[in-house]
Amino acid sequence: MCLGIPGQILEISDAVQKLAIVDIGGVRRPVNIACIVGEDEPVESCVGDWVLVHVGFAMNRIDPQEAQLTLELLEEMAAVHEEMAAT
Amino acid sequence: MKYVQEFRDPQKAQGLLQEITALGEQLTQSRPGPIKIMEVCGGHTHSIFKYGLESLLPKTVELVHGPGCPVCIMPKGRLDDAIALARHPEVILTTFGDVMRVPGSKQSLLQAKAEGADIRMVYSPLDALAIAQKNPDREVVFFAIGFETTAPSTALTVLQAESQGIQNFSLFCNHVLVVPALEALLSNPDLQLDGFIGPGHVSMVIGARPYQVIAERYRKPVTVSGFEPLDILQSLWMVLRQLAEGRCEVENQYTRLVQENGNTVALAAMAKVFTVREQFEWRGLGDIPASGFKMHPNYAHFDAEAKFTLPHRQVADHKACACGEILQGVKKPWECKVFGTGCTPEHPIGACMVSSEGACAAYYKYGRPQTVAEPVASRGK
Repeated sequence: MCLGIPGQILEISDAVQKLAIVDIGGVRRPVNIACIVGEDEPVESCVGDWVLVHVGFAMNRIDPQEAQLTLELLEEMAAVHEEMAAT
Repeated sequence: MKYVQEFRDPQKAQGLLQEITALGEQLTQSRPGPIKIMEVCGGHTHSIFKYGLESLLPKTVELVHGPGCPVCIMPKGRLDDAIALARHPEVILTTFGDVMRVPGSKQSLLQAKAEGADIRMVYSPLDALAIAQKNPDREVVFFAIGFETTAPSTALTVLQAESQGIQNFSLFCNHVLVVPALEALLSNPDLQLDGFIGPGHVSMVIGARPYQVIAERYRKPVTVSGFEPLDILQSLWMVLRQLAEGRCEVENQYTRLVQENGNTVALAAMAKVFTVREQFEWRGLGDIPASGFKMHPNYAHFDAEAKFTLPHRQVADHKACACGEILQGVKKPWECKVFGTGCTPEHPIGACMVSSEGACAAYYKYGRPQTVAEPVASRGK
């Protein structure tokens, strides 16, 4: 129920209703993007962004830099343990 | 898919597991039982079983499955109300698929549908609104359930109905709130918990800040977590590290999605359309103060509870069913008398067996009861 699926915004289909076409695992679906576009922001600014889609709504952008930082930390941890195991 | 495969790397998991093992040993040196960490969210429970994470953990660390599956905590009386709504000839009742098989006191929505009630499954509340537009002579009710992840989409759908002047649409609002439920759990003396893995997608909406009360008042560390295997292992490690360092804070592992203050648009929509109920009944947990949303009086014309008369009965759970204790983390699913015999996903007695995010369904599908943590003292280190 509370899970979401990552998807990438391909195009805006209805700027007034804030609807976009999002690629979710290779399937194009209409998604409401009201939660991720501020009032002063042009709706088109989010095309290309990765978002988390939940029950037909994009709930937040996925921050690629934060994802990278997390992965690097985990990488580091794995490397330290491999080294320790080798010695 | 981006940001999915990267968080399933077995090599990275090894590093985390070694850290978890070391911290588990250190923390249980001067206490009798394992460190008990509750994953609150049913989505986490499902991931933990799907990827076999429990079987990877040392016996010094035990995961306790919490009440964070909205289908599992829906009381029978509310399901009876939904069925009563669906029996009105002018009503089309719409809801998510996983609600359809949850048993009410006499039947489920699926059984009511088989008897002729017009009940339709939708993937989004917007689908329910579209049904209302196509059927102007009917009243379309959306049976809205879910924590704060789902509540904004329902609120935004009501706002869209308002802006489009749609009159024949209403909500049977059963949205629930996660923090009051955690507080209710922490007041149960039978449940000895050391910390929490906090729900990721609820926190994407409400932010990490609302859990401060758990860390400060109840002195339990919380780590907000993503749903991939590495997310969950890293979050577990972060909670253990807090315990080892004597800290009780709210930490955020899911930084790629969760911000400190949550999502302002989603929160504003919820604040406009909903108001907090004085109390809401949870299956297995009873009435919890301020733990659910109802429609704001300004939106009474979208409130199915105001538009229709409902039975509003409180119905006790089946005597043999241990859903209550399981949702509180006091019992494991296989300790229930009817688990896997009288109660199966095909013929569920309790809600924990219905939803794929329920602890019983997860154990039934992927279950490994032999992985149950033994008391540390009896292991003979």
